[in-house]
Amino acid sequence: MVELALPKNSQIRQGKTWPKPQGATNLREYKIYRWSPDDGENPRIDTYFVDMDDCGPMVLDALLWIKNKIDPTLTLRRSCREGICGSCAMNIDGSNTLACTKGADDISGPVKIYPLPHMAVVKDLVPDLTNFYAQHASIEPWLHTVSPEPAKEWLQSHEDREKLDGLYECILCACCSTACPSYWWNGDKYLGPAVLLQAYRWLIDSRDEATGERLDNLEDPFRLYRCHTIMNCTQTCPKGLNPAKAIAEIKKMMVERRV
Amino acid sequence: MRDMETPLKKVRGLGAAREGTGGFWRQRVSGLALAVLTLFVVGWIWSLKGAGYAEVRASLAHPLVAIAMALFIVISLDHMRLGMKEIIEDYAHSQGNRLGLSILNTFFTVAVGGVCLFALAKLAFGG
Repeated sequence: MVELALPKNSQIRQGKTWPKPQGATNLREYKIYRWSPDDGENPRIDTYFVDMDDCGPMVLDALLWIKNKIDPTLTLRRSCREGICGSCAMNIDGSNTLACTKGADDISGPVKIYPLPHMAVVKDLVPDLTNFYAQHASIEPWLHTVSPEPAKEWLQSHEDREKLDGLYECILCACCSTACPSYWWNGDKYLGPAVLLQAYRWLIDSRDEATGERLDNLEDPFRLYRCHTIMNCTQTCPKGLNPAKAIAEIKKMMVERRV
Repeated sequence: MRDMETPLKKVRGLGAAREGTGGFWRQRVSGLALAVLTLFVVGWIWSLKGAGYAEVRASLAHPLVAIAMALFIVISLDHMRLGMKEIIEDYAHSQGNRLGLSILNTFFTVAVGGVCLFALAKLAFGG
């Protein structure tokens, strides 16, 4: 049955409070989840103090400041630092978002940072996204065609291209999927909002000729119908997209082809 | 060893069941029917406020009332079974649990339906 309590070895303990930087007057408190696979210890929450006069405004700036100046063992993913790669997705101040686009000023009190919820942790703030990426691969996110390839390119009207707006912007950061209770309980079989939004992006692409096969592969009590319109996905998406609507559109297509 | 399977093999599993839309659609349609039938049933109960056993029986003997009640019972139970199925699929994770609870869910619904319909028939037709 569903597990509502953390297993004993995952229960979070009080961690180390690192010394405040000397001479700093504008301090911000950060409470960060730490766990290492190497020491056999339980996860812990470490407390750091960041000199905001010496650090950029975003949460990612503070994390890198901590890593560079206080604790080089703090482990996180990051790359583009401008909200386009999706690497630094984590749970900040209780909701999933990108550390690079979340301003520390938007948060009151200590900044609390955890890895994306209900995922296996590789280390500290790095979740294991292997299953998530395999799910994305399973929907075959590329153009499927049977017709002979045109000499130049597959044509698409402006109107049909516009249908991809609000979908193609998804950066696969996994904020939405890991905010979804259905994905928490059945993440091995339910594809989750991010992958279903991607699936819909190909379902409504006017150039794609495999719409029926794509729907066949989604029509399943678990792959698609675990979505109960909870809407956490839409609420948390750092890119302002609406995965819940994309899933509803897939369900409409399913009904349309049989009713 | 299952752990040597690739992540894609695990995700693909036994493939899509190619069903689920039937239940999804039936849940919506039965919900719509119940929105109307529930109004009728509540109104009917309200109209019998303070009435005795004989009056309730006489009211149920009317074909329209008896048919509406029968529909209300059957559609409610079907809707309930579909809802319970969702909950079982959400929270019962082992194949054994899911199978057992799904069978229980069906048996329970049919048993409750049988009892309700028998009671309705007895009241409506007398005897």
